[in-house]
Amino acid sequence: MLADMMNTLIQGIMLGGLYGLFAAGLSLMFGVMRIVNLAHGDFIVMAAYMALVAVTALGLHPLLTLFIVVPLMAGFGYFGQRLALNRVVGTGLLAPLMVTFGLSIIIQNLLLELFSADSRRLPLPGLDTASIPLPGGISIGVVPLMMFAVAVAVLAGLGWFFRHTMTGRLLRAVSDDPEIVGLMGADRRHLYAIATGLAAAVVGIAGVLMAVKTNFDPLSGPTRLLFAFEAVIIGGMGSLWGTLLGGVILGLAQAIGARIDPGIQILAGHVAFLAILAIRPQGILGRGEAP
Amino acid sequence: MSLKAKDPRAGMVRGPRVASLVLLGVLLLLALGPWWASRGTMRLLVEFFYMLTLAQLWNLLAGYAGLISVGQQAFVGLGGYFLFALVILAGVPVLVAMPLAALATALLALPSAKLLFRMRGAYFAVGSWVVAEVFRLAAAQIGALGGGSGISLPAKFVKAISASRWLRESTIYWIALAIMAAVLIGMWLLLRSGYGLALAAVRDDEEAARASGVQVERIRFRVFVGVALVTGLIGALIFLHKLRITPEAGFSVTDWTVIVMFIAVIGGIGTLEGPILGAIAYFLLREQLADLGNWFFVILGLATIAIMLFEPRGLWGLVQRWRAITFFHTSRRL
Repeated sequence: MLADMMNTLIQGIMLGGLYGLFAAGLSLMFGVMRIVNLAHGDFIVMAAYMALVAVTALGLHPLLTLFIVVPLMAGFGYFGQRLALNRVVGTGLLAPLMVTFGLSIIIQNLLLELFSADSRRLPLPGLDTASIPLPGGISIGVVPLMMFAVAVAVLAGLGWFFRHTMTGRLLRAVSDDPEIVGLMGADRRHLYAIATGLAAAVVGIAGVLMAVKTNFDPLSGPTRLLFAFEAVIIGGMGSLWGTLLGGVILGLAQAIGARIDPGIQILAGHVAFLAILAIRPQGILGRGEAP
Repeated sequence: MSLKAKDPRAGMVRGPRVASLVLLGVLLLLALGPWWASRGTMRLLVEFFYMLTLAQLWNLLAGYAGLISVGQQAFVGLGGYFLFALVILAGVPVLVAMPLAALATALLALPSAKLLFRMRGAYFAVGSWVVAEVFRLAAAQIGALGGGSGISLPAKFVKAISASRWLRESTIYWIALAIMAAVLIGMWLLLRSGYGLALAAVRDDEEAARASGVQVERIRFRVFVGVALVTGLIGALIFLHKLRITPEAGFSVTDWTVIVMFIAVIGGIGTLEGPILGAIAYFLLREQLADLGNWFFVILGLATIAIMLFEPRGLWGLVQRWRAITFFHTSRRL
């Protein structure tokens, strides 16, 4: 009984790593450009389908598809920003939301056209069921543990990038005051495209991991967007580790909900999000103002 | 500002009265629909009426109050579910249950708004989607209303409206038309009132409006809950028309938000004429491209992006470029 409970909690925490990754890309784009990308979840699902194509067409091991998917997504993000999104940065609320929402609908329906509505998954032969036994009947799945480790590594890498590289510092500067950074001679359009490219690369990693972990279909993007969003708000905006913490809390709420009744897994996550919004709107690690 | 504080209509642009007459004529012609339209045409018109009404309400939120919601399907679904619950479980007559369902929807909109108003801008938008998902997932858990597979409205309750099929269908048609006309005229009057002046101020410059003493948050809250009330009424009407509700259909983001936003945006938000033009454009497009399936939505998405990038004022903005005409005089000259 206790071991069961512990296993549920561990599953929730590991799932939270994936949600933290979902959230990182969304948070990055909002942090730099004040844009909420409503197609974020569809980007994740698109990356999952890229991995699927790479596996079926090239016979690659699912995890090796990262080397194809991540650069493709980064390029897609960079050029998508330069060609379309740059035109709406800083124009207010409506245009960025509508453009990304339009993009979301386009991606969903193209995926439906190409891959049908069937639910898909990328199995990892041998690894799927492997787990590391711990004393007391507790065990940790190898795949979830690997996902969590990747999430921590990616977030640490992003943190390092923003603190220690020239581009990272410029991105932080452009977030604080785009006008001044522009006056200093930095090319904002390029910086914004770098931010979206980076966010899309993280989305690429998240998409491949998701494809390995759970079922996905062309219409499962919006749910992923909501998970990412909830993790960002729960953790507190503007904090990289906050997104991981938010992801973990969301994962825990879902795992506990699923244990009570599999039908309320997602609902439990949403309710936890609303509860945190009611109690602490600035998020757990957030400072100052509400979002 | 040179506006006199007492009369909010000071400086109101006056246009040809012909416009009001045209509008009245069209409404009268539509009211006679049951005598000239076929059953199929009437079904299509009912759908046109409620989609246009939803688009106008979304326009009021996004185009005037600066509240972009991606979760209006919450209130459509709630209205529908409350109607079915009141009729099937409590035996309330259909036509009485409709306004009650709207009230119940507004009651649930109050706490939702309290929570959502803790977020701003784009986060408010995604937050509203979460709230709609909560209601959808919760509806799927209610066994008495069919759970995940939904429930039909038994024929006896509908037949209680009237024994004659013609009168039943005409009643639903007239209700849909009346709601549309009431929302259109109500919004027109609202926008010409002091409230409308405040809303236009919020739309044009939130900070300036705040500095001029407009209570932005309070106005937004009232508009949001008011819109939820009417959206609930339309939800009740839609599912009385469809006779069956499921969590997926009731809380469908595609039907009650994506298409509604498309109608408002492609027509032009921040005007009353825009969504009317948008609704006509949408229904024409749909009749032409219905066989395209998924590609139809790809085209909708592309059109939305193109409008936002090249003419954010929509089709009505294009008309305005050609000639500055107006049907609903809500703008002011300073």
